[in-house]
Amino acid sequence: MATYKDEQLHEEKVFKDPVHRYVHVRDKLIWDLIGTAEFQRLRRIRQLGTTFFTFHGAEHSRFNHSLGVYEIIRRIIEIFQGREHWDNSERLLCLAAALLHDVGHGPFSHSFEKVFRLDHEEWTRAIITGDTEINAVLKRVSDDFPKKVAEVIAKTYENKLVVSMISSQIDADRMDYLQRDAFYTGVSYGHFDMERILRVMRPTEDQVVIKKSGMHAVEDYIMSRYQMYWQVYFHPVTRSAEVILTKILHRAKKLYKEGYQFAIEPKHFYSLFNGNVSLKDYLALDESVMLFFFQNWMHEKDDILKDLCTRFMNRNLFKYIEFNPNSSYLQLMELMKLFTEAGIDTNYYLEVDSSSDLPYDFYRPGEEGERIPIYLLMPNGELRELSRESEIVESISGKKRTDHKLYYPQDFVDSLPEGDIKKKIKEILQG
Amino acid sequence: MLQDHAKLMKVFSCAGEIVGRKKLQKMIYIAKKLHFPFYEKYNFHFFGPYSEELTLRVEELENNGFLSEVKEKKGGYVQYRYTLSEEGREFLNHFQVDMPFLEGCIKNMNEQSSRFLELVSTVLYFEDLPKEQVQEKVFTLKSKQNYSEEEIAQAHQYIATLRNQTITMARSV
Repeated sequence: MATYKDEQLHEEKVFKDPVHRYVHVRDKLIWDLIGTAEFQRLRRIRQLGTTFFTFHGAEHSRFNHSLGVYEIIRRIIEIFQGREHWDNSERLLCLAAALLHDVGHGPFSHSFEKVFRLDHEEWTRAIITGDTEINAVLKRVSDDFPKKVAEVIAKTYENKLVVSMISSQIDADRMDYLQRDAFYTGVSYGHFDMERILRVMRPTEDQVVIKKSGMHAVEDYIMSRYQMYWQVYFHPVTRSAEVILTKILHRAKKLYKEGYQFAIEPKHFYSLFNGNVSLKDYLALDESVMLFFFQNWMHEKDDILKDLCTRFMNRNLFKYIEFNPNSSYLQLMELMKLFTEAGIDTNYYLEVDSSSDLPYDFYRPGEEGERIPIYLLMPNGELRELSRESEIVESISGKKRTDHKLYYPQDFVDSLPEGDIKKKIKEILQG
Repeated sequence: MLQDHAKLMKVFSCAGEIVGRKKLQKMIYIAKKLHFPFYEKYNFHFFGPYSEELTLRVEELENNGFLSEVKEKKGGYVQYRYTLSEEGREFLNHFQVDMPFLEGCIKNMNEQSSRFLELVSTVLYFEDLPKEQVQEKVFTLKSKQNYSEEEIAQAHQYIATLRNQTITMARSV
């Protein structure tokens, strides 16, 4: 009789997927993992957080993406079969890690992590190694299997090739989210020839490399990554919604700490506010819960919480102007003073948002001990860093483009009584 | 607002000059592990703990003219030198960055090699594990660096010294 790790489903299961057409599942382990409560929770966490305010199609979840990453890894493994450096005994580990790599994400995870000082990677580890359904399923393979899966996701697993398949500068995670995010947002930037990239991927001792003949497909991928970064991930309207979301969470926490009586007790948030979140508390949170409370807080007595939640739910977002911290910093201080004089609380209604606040990145050639770059496998067997061979990649990876924006509620400014304060505020905001 | 940028500028102001991106990455990680309030998010990478957020923030400081970055070619590799600019100093004057014990700690780390700080930060990354397992992790994940048992012991000792110094300074206030 087959052991659990070798157990196959009687018939292959398929999930219809708009990006990869089908996601194929044959291993019993993978099927069981998909059925766990913790994995199903990912259906209630959007992949792109508040991006749906800008691109209304961006309602896809971490569940879709996780299945997509699993499917890409499954295909890479098929290509690696029989090649030097690929150890097929790592197959199930790779598949499980791909499927579970995002399982620790919280609701609107970027803002959520920022406000409550949490790290989804730590929660991923806790879910995989703690008292959960996922852990129970993984343990059926072996006692140390959950630990191994957690190590692959944390990039501390001994086999670096396995780690690089799931997490590197050209990995299954990025290849899925770029295509998926492009599909659901409806933009035309995120497309590249993934089939070609998969065909030219080669395993080495430490990482996946790309055959030189596949360089142009990789160039396309790098360009997609660059375009998606600026056109979708760092879209200023999405960032405005993120700013408001962050402010809501800060305000709710502050009110709780001051003993404010909420109309409906936000019990789901108590441990977050107190900084002692248990695994059970964490798993009980998703975007449905969060939006339920935001909906209720639209009717709270506290004017700030009420206003911020109404803005978020009804998409009445903050406006923004370009901001240069060097040349405009004194103006910002003046603006803060004027806002305060006008009775507008700058803790909640004025914010500088920077490109470094974003959880996405673009390609780096890996100078001085940064991340490992993408290497091309030359016909003579030598490895060359991508930007040294590709002029296109060199031209975009050499530029350090950063961005700051100042967010504020235009409607508040407009409704101020006519006078000096309003005039000065408008002068600063209109440059 | 821009508080995290100001904290980094404070680091450059304390250090005078920091040579090497890897060194900078590890210094901030170690400071964070010593409970200085740095919130840049770190992951484990080939060269140990690395923060993309920090890399971007440093680029922002440089683009805004607060930080001077000099690129040097050193044999087969490239190295960067960082110092706070005059504009950076002026900007920092407007901020209340309250980290009284940071300076000694930063100066101390800045005197170490980036190779050693890579080891120290890796040891700190696995500090929840028993010492033997930490050593095993270093040997497995950092095999190319060829760290010796003695160097690992020095890293543990260095962490203890930094922690003691920070605690002693905190108590003396």
